[in-house]
Amino acid sequence: MLAYIVRRVINAIITLLVVTAVTFGIFFAIPKATGSDPALLYIGKQSDPAAIEGIRQKMGFDDPIYVQYGKFLKGLVAGRDYANGPDVTHCPAPCFGYSFATDQEVTPLLLEDIPVTLSLALGAAVLWLVMGISFGVISALRRGTFIDRAAMTTALAGVSLPVYFTGLLSTAIFVYWLGWLPQGQYVPFLENPADWFVNLILPWVTLAFLFAATYARLTRANMLETLGEDYVRTARAKGLTERVVIGKHALRSGLTPIVTVFGLDLGALLGGAVLTETVFNLRGLGYQALQAIRQNDLPIILGVTLIAAFFIVFANLIVDLVYGWIDPRVRLA
Amino acid sequence: MSIGATNARPFLEIKDLNVRFETDDGIVQAVTGSTFSLEKGQTLGIVGESGSGKSVTSLAVLGLHRTRSNAKVSGEIWLDDEELVTASDEQVRKLRGGKMAMIFQDPLSAMHPYFTVGSQIVEAYRVHHPGVNKKVARERAIDMLARVGIPQPERRFNDYAHQFSGGMRQRAMIAMALVNDPALLIADEPTTALDVTVQAQILDLIRDLQEEFGSAVIMITHDLGVVAELADEVLVMYGGKVIEKGPAVDVFQQPQHPYTWGLLGSMPRLDREVRDRLNPVKGTPPSLINLPQGCAFNPRCPYAGRNGDRSFTETPELRGDIHKVACHLPAEERTKIFQQEVLPNL
Repeated sequence: MLAYIVRRVINAIITLLVVTAVTFGIFFAIPKATGSDPALLYIGKQSDPAAIEGIRQKMGFDDPIYVQYGKFLKGLVAGRDYANGPDVTHCPAPCFGYSFATDQEVTPLLLEDIPVTLSLALGAAVLWLVMGISFGVISALRRGTFIDRAAMTTALAGVSLPVYFTGLLSTAIFVYWLGWLPQGQYVPFLENPADWFVNLILPWVTLAFLFAATYARLTRANMLETLGEDYVRTARAKGLTERVVIGKHALRSGLTPIVTVFGLDLGALLGGAVLTETVFNLRGLGYQALQAIRQNDLPIILGVTLIAAFFIVFANLIVDLVYGWIDPRVRLA
Repeated sequence: MSIGATNARPFLEIKDLNVRFETDDGIVQAVTGSTFSLEKGQTLGIVGESGSGKSVTSLAVLGLHRTRSNAKVSGEIWLDDEELVTASDEQVRKLRGGKMAMIFQDPLSAMHPYFTVGSQIVEAYRVHHPGVNKKVARERAIDMLARVGIPQPERRFNDYAHQFSGGMRQRAMIAMALVNDPALLIADEPTTALDVTVQAQILDLIRDLQEEFGSAVIMITHDLGVVAELADEVLVMYGGKVIEKGPAVDVFQQPQHPYTWGLLGSMPRLDREVRDRLNPVKGTPPSLINLPQGCAFNPRCPYAGRNGDRSFTETPELRGDIHKVACHLPAEERTKIFQQEVLPNL
């Protein structure tokens, strides 16, 4: 088991390294190749040549790409100093550089956004897991009945309707017509947990609806398959109650594929739920990324991309470890 | 059973059992009018091709059709003076795994891949002995693993099914079925997934355990060799119906039904000269949705035309005293055909 864990962790680290290399390459090498000058993006087009040269020196834009990448990696792990003679700026680890647009350090900007995205993603995840799995299981057990059809039709709607539609519609109904919920604005949990909760209800439900639909369909399909397995028949033949047969024997293997999908979905969402954050005006990573793309703010885009990649790789690692724990056959492989 | 009981009902009695499944393609008449009985300590072999209704019969006895909403069962199933077709789900559940247990064909898929073999046996024991603590149940499970011949049972207790070899897995399956001393044991093709040397060991094991526990055993198989070795009585099923039934010796030495002849003829024999080919029963098993008119075997029967149209219009009844057969051919003619045409080729 230990060897298995070590192997997976090493895999994860290698993956992250590759991701940083590729992302760094795309974001810094391509402007260079196409002749657009990152120093100009930094300082604005009207600056005098001396200032531009100063920035270029300080940021090291003239260094070969591998030197720049090396410095970037060092910045991520240990922090780095940007120096142009006596003009030294220290950027502590993990250093993603400075925003082109505002000259602010990228890391604190992103750190500010993470709690918003985290609140949104985790809350929604709890909701969609509970709803998706319970409706999926009920549908599978009541296959072909009215409940099954109703749940699956709703699920189809959930999969098909885009977040900006359901999000705006639910805002119109619950905020403007009925006035049950406040107009969304993120309130930090530590500041006021009740307001945090109330303000996140709509984003949670909207996001969860989308995912719950997929999970309900997936759970139903998996459960139907598992219920036909020989070992479920064996469990019944042993005289176990239907509750144990379903709840222990069938669910255990029926939910295994869900673990994989859940890990990936949650990992991806932690990198920013762009649509949901935009619709509900939540200033999370997704919102930040969108702003950065509009302003061509490469360091922020790079930062968000790497954080998203980190979450996905991390989630994958967790999934692999959980899988080894759930399915004894994987451990030996 | 109380001592003063005057009821002479056999330990297991099945009367006019019908099982059908309603599917999108039509009604599948899986078992029609099956009637037989079995005493403790006796072994009944049920033989037939895939889809002949032999497995469905056993699933109906265990009440495992109950979770399938499209299954309809009628007739009577008496186990130890208790009627099971009309019994409640809960009543049947309590008997399942306790008084009646089952061994399945493919022990790899029949065991849960995520639970250790030991824990699955413990679970089977504790569901019928709710007061027993885990330690006692564990000892019981290890004891059972040892009884079915698994070496180092304490260590194997914690292994998963995929870590066992095929034969060991089937032994563990048998241990699981026998953990509650069932009075009725149904073995559904217990040796099909195993290689030949292991098959013999498993059959020996079942026979030894039967002697030890005194259970009634139903052995479902398409392998006549298995039946010849173990069964006291044989039931041959075709198209969901019992077409021949009798003491094993009689059925093997003087088989009455042309289908049984076909089954015997299609058995590979090592003690005879090698012929060019085996003689399979020609044709395919009938569709259980659209059974042929008259005798269900008529499309494959080489003698179907010998009695005019009866084979195509009239369903033959199961007739006879101890050795019964459902065939339109007159008894003398069957004997003649068997002696002159079938026996020399076996």
